[in-house]
Formats: sequence, C-alpha cells, structure tokens
Amino acid sequence: MSFPWASQYEPKNGLTKFLDEKLPLPRLVYGAIGAGYPVPRNLSYMWNFGVLAGFCLVLQIVTGVVLAMHYAPNALVAFGTTEHIMRDVNWGWMMRYAHANGASFFFIVVYLHIFRGFFYSSYKAPREMIWLLGVVIFLLMMATAFMGYVLPWGQMSFWGAKVITGLFGAIPVVGEPIQVWLLGGFAPDNAALNRFFSLHFLLPFVIAGVVILHIWALHIPGSSNPTGVEIKTEADTVPFHPYYTAKDGFGLGVFLLLYCAMLFFLPNYLGHPDNYIEANPLSTPAHIVPEWYFWPFYAILRAFTVDFFFIPAKLMGVLAMFAAILVWFFLPWLDKSPVRSGHYRPMFRKFFWFGLIPTMAVLFYCGGAPAEEPFVMLSQLATAYYFLHFLVILPLVSSIEKPEPLPYSITEAVLGSDKKAVLGENTTPAV
Amino acid sequence: MADTTGTATPETLASHGEDGVRRRDFINIAAVSFAGVGAVAVVLPLVSQMAPSADVLAESSTEIDVSSIEAGQAIKAVFRKQPLFVRRLTPAEIAEADSVAVSSLRDPETLAERTKEGHLDMLVTMGVCTHLGCVPLGAAEGENRGEFGGYFCPCHGSHYDTAARIRKGPAPANLVVPDYEFTSDTVIRVG
Ligand code: HEM
Ligand code: FES
Repeated sequence: MSFPWASQYEPKNGLTKFLDEKLPLPRLVYGAIGAGYPVPRNLSYMWNFGVLAGFCLVLQIVTGVVLAMHYAPNALVAFGTTEHIMRDVNWGWMMRYAHANGASFFFIVVYLHIFRGFFYSSYKAPREMIWLLGVVIFLLMMATAFMGYVLPWGQMSFWGAKVITGLFGAIPVVGEPIQVWLLGGFAPDNAALNRFFSLHFLLPFVIAGVVILHIWALHIPGSSNPTGVEIKTEADTVPFHPYYTAKDGFGLGVFLLLYCAMLFFLPNYLGHPDNYIEANPLSTPAHIVPEWYFWPFYAILRAFTVDFFFIPAKLMGVLAMFAAILVWFFLPWLDKSPVRSGHYRPMFRKFFWFGLIPTMAVLFYCGGAPAEEPFVMLSQLATAYYFLHFLVILPLVSSIEKPEPLPYSITEAVLGSDKKAVLGENTTPAV
Repeated sequence: MADTTGTATPETLASHGEDGVRRRDFINIAAVSFAGVGAVAVVLPLVSQMAPSADVLAESSTEIDVSSIEAGQAIKAVFRKQPLFVRRLTPAEIAEADSVAVSSLRDPETLAERTKEGHLDMLVTMGVCTHLGCVPLGAAEGENRGEFGGYFCPCHGSHYDTAARIRKGPAPANLVVPDYEFTSDTVIRVG
C-alpha cells in the first residue's frame, strides 16, 4: 500500500465503478489482500499463521453462533443443553466438537504466530504497534476461552472458574470484594454462568475489531520477512494475490487436514473426562487442570510456594502469571539489537533454541502435571529462566552480540545477487 | 476553534478577554463537567449490577440443627452455595488442638478463638481450602483426614489439624470460620 510500485485498483464494469465511487470496499480489499499489496518475495511458511488465525476466529464465531442457538446459560439446565446439543440436535455433536477443538487449534496457530514473532523479532520498529495489538488480542483470547470453558457447566468448568476467580482473592484488601463482584455471588453459580455467556458471545467480536487494527498497523510498514532486511525495491516484492493467496490457501489445506483428523477421530483428546460430570459445588475433582493452552501460565502461577518478604506466595504467583504476558508488551524496547532475524544473530539464536524453547516446554509440561515434586521445582527453575530471558538475557545479548553479515537486499538473499541494485536501476527507496 | 495563543487582533479580542480567558471557557468547563457527572451516574449502575443480586444475598444465612452430630462426626452443609463443615470434636481431638504451641502455627489461632464460648467441641468452618478453593476431605466417614487428623485437601496437599488450622502444604490460612451464632443450644445460624 505504501509502496510506489503497488498496482492500483481499476474498476472495470459499471457495478464496480458505482461501488468504487460510493463505497470503495473492493478497492480496500484489493489493496489489503489483493494484487495491490506488495509483499516480500521470500516469506516462509511461518508467515501463514496470521491468515490461519483469522480463519480460526471466523470458525469460532460461526460454530459459536450455532451452539448459542441450542444452549441455555442457566446453571439448572446448562449441562443438560450441552448434552442435548451432543445427542439430539442435528449435527450438534459436530458443531460442539468443532468449536471445542477449534479453540485448541486457534491457540496452536496463535502460539506459532507469536513464536515466529519472537524468533524474527517482528516486534521491532517499525512494527511495535502490530505487536502490542497482538498481545492485546492474545489476552482477549485467553479471557474468551476461559469463559467459554465454563459454559458446559461440568466439573472442570465449575472448578476452573472457582480457582481462576479465586486468584483475584489473592489481592490484598480489595481481592475478595472483587471476586464476589466478578462472580455475582460467593461461588460460581447462575449469575457467573450467565455473565460469562454474555461476555463469551461479545469478546470474539471485540477481538475481530482489534484484528482489524492489527492488520491496519501491519499495512503501514508491510510484512517483515525471514531475513529481517526491509524491502528496498520492487524486485524484493511480489503482489499478495495470487502469490500469497495461493501459499496461504495451501497452508489452510494442511491446517484443515490436521484439524479434521482431530475433530473426527480424537474429538475428546484435548478435553477432560471430568467435564462430562455435571458441576457439583460440594465435591472437587481429584486433579484440577485448565485447558492445555493455559498450562505454561498455570505452571508459573503454582511455582511460588513460599512467601516473598511481605508478599504472600499466592499473590506472588498471581502477579508472576500476569507479568509473564505483560512482559511481552515491553519486548520492542528490551531487545535493542538493530538486526531483526534470528538467522543473523548467533548468540540470540542459541538462547532462543536452547533457552526459551526448552523453558516453555518445561512450563507447559509442569502446568499439566500434578503440583508435586519434581514438577514444582522444575516450574520454579523454568519460571526464573523465563523472566531472566526477557528482562536480562535479551537486553544483554543485544548489546554484546556481533551479528552475522546481512544480505544487501531480499532479492540478493533469494537469488544470490541483486543485479538491479548493482546496476543502480530501480532503486527508488520504499516510502 | 479560535486560536487561543496568538496575538490579540480585534477578531480574537472579541472571544478572548484581555487576560486570554475566553468567555466560552466557562461554558466548555460547565458542559464537560456536567457530561462527566452524567457518565459517572451511568457507570455506577453498570458496575453495581454485577454484584450479588438480592436473591443471592437472601440465601446468605442458613440455620443448622447440630444436635444429631455425635462426637467425632462431621456433617457437610451448604452456606452461600459453598460447603460448610460442622464437626463435633472428641475430647482427644480438643486436647490435641490445645497441645500445639500457637506461635509455631502459620496462622496462629487457638481452638477457643475458633469456636464459641461454652461450645469448644463445635467446630464450624467453611469447607473451602484457603489455597485455591477446593473442598478438603475429612468431613465424611472414612475420608483421608491428613497427617494432623483434621482435613486434607487433595488438590495441592494442604493438611489441616483438628482445629482446622493449616499445618502443612501451600494454603496460607486456616479454614475460615464464618460468622455464626447459637440461636439455641442445638441450632446455629450461619451468616
Ligand atoms: C475467540 C473465539 C472463541 C473461543 C476461543 C471460544 C472458546 C470456547 C471454548 C473453549 C468453549 C468450551 C467448549 C467445550 O468444552 O464444550 C466454548 C463454548 C461455547 N462457546 Fe465459544 N469460543 C469462541 C467464540 C464463540 C462465539 C463467537 C460464540 C457465540 C456467538 C460462542 C459460543 C459458545 C457457546 C454457546 C459455548 C457452550 C457450548 C459448548 O460448551 O460447546 N463462542 N467456547
Ligand atoms: S486448593 Fe487446597 S491445596 Fe490447593
């Protein structure tokens, strides 16, 4: 959009001419995801996950609206209507499995999207705003998924709601009133279920709004790419359509294969059997765990077992869990290296693959394991490294590391040489 | 809007006084304040509708007849939709609770402070673990009562003693004793 060589939309017939004058929507689409949007020619499959996440959001909204036609958010009947969807509603079982597994796949896609950002430092200037909006989307997704999981009103729904809203009880003085206010009662009950439904219906549309801002912010500098070298000339780009519509289309096919395999052959693999037992406020399941996508953060929450000076352990856990995500907001300013791509940052790369990734794996595993040794100790070590990585290692590495030489341009990286650059042709700098 | 900083021309003087204050400033401030008060007035009900409604609060006191509980037995009742444990302690359990040095406890309280005068054997507590809110075991016959013979929370392994005080595990505090009173010798009203 901001590149001078971007091809311009030209309405061809009466209808499109009419539209272009009254409401230039086709022009917007053409410039945003059509032939009018020049994109780096070297994007790898790691750049597929944004489009896939958008697809997941639509999938969740469509299946969710369908579920909402058959579901009733009342503590007396919620569990029953969920079973009614599973047994009586035509294709109800498929809609529910599609929605529940859709949430999991949404998180898989978004986690890969975020880790792409970590490795290629997509958060760096000029793309800070895209990143910040992305973190907001992730927080909204977590809230949405948490409240959605309460809706079937099974044992895990109930006790998950209890434990998570109980976290607010850790805040000194105001914590308990806040918890009672959030639940509209002293424990999760009808009031809580009903408001969770209302918000669970609303938030995805808020997410859609923030996604629009996210993409708007993206279209100002355009996509980054695996070299992290900015676009210099037209030779560095190809139009989004047909090149990336095709590549994203292929990615979507692979995604759908995996998703359908899960949906039709292992629909309950990621769920918990306890959630097929109706909520019972008087009996706790033996092992309460959140959905898998919350495990790393749940592990951080439980890693704090002793009081820290005057701060009680429980509050420390809550603060650390929120801080673990909030620290992402500061990433653009913590990592000061001018080089974006991890491919040219030898030291950063080592800390990424041998530090951050194993740490996340350990946190992930421990979050799903019972709170016993050795998992508690492992969570503690991993939590310590997690914060060390973002707050100490990244700033330090960016000041002492000697990056490897960067290619002159994307074209040189792809073709081995950038003839046009050498000949001094077509070197109008991108604006 | 008129330029508020530039030099005085006949035109700007009309709207700015000599001192740079515009006559319209007052109306601006008045309008914004009024709208602000209005906004607060709208937010208040929006916030307050989330708090427990009248019917939820109406359920918030419960009467329990404790006469049928034998020494060494406990019952599970429901208070504010949460489990409530009512236990009649045996003399041995009372002695055990009293033998602990209170200062050595994580949440120091004596059994007498946790019960009503003249009813040292009636231990009324919430059945809600103070860690993350699970229901501890030990109220029903045959359940694991933990290393200290009171209650045991299986979620993350919190052990409570015969006075339902936290002794081991991650929970920060003793099982909560709700507000209650004996309305007669055998009936308590909780809440
Ligand atoms: C960001 C997008 C969304 C996410 C991540 C999400 C996530 C979830 C999750 C994890 C569940 C629990 C599934 C289960 O265990 O059964 C759920 C249930 C539900 N969701 Fe969503 N959801 C999203 C969007 C929506 C939308 C837009 C609607 C309605 C317009 C909706 C309506 C429902 C309903 C009615 C249920 C209860 C039925 C059931 O449990 O299957 N969801 N959602
Ligand atoms: S909730 Fe009881 S030990 Fe954690």
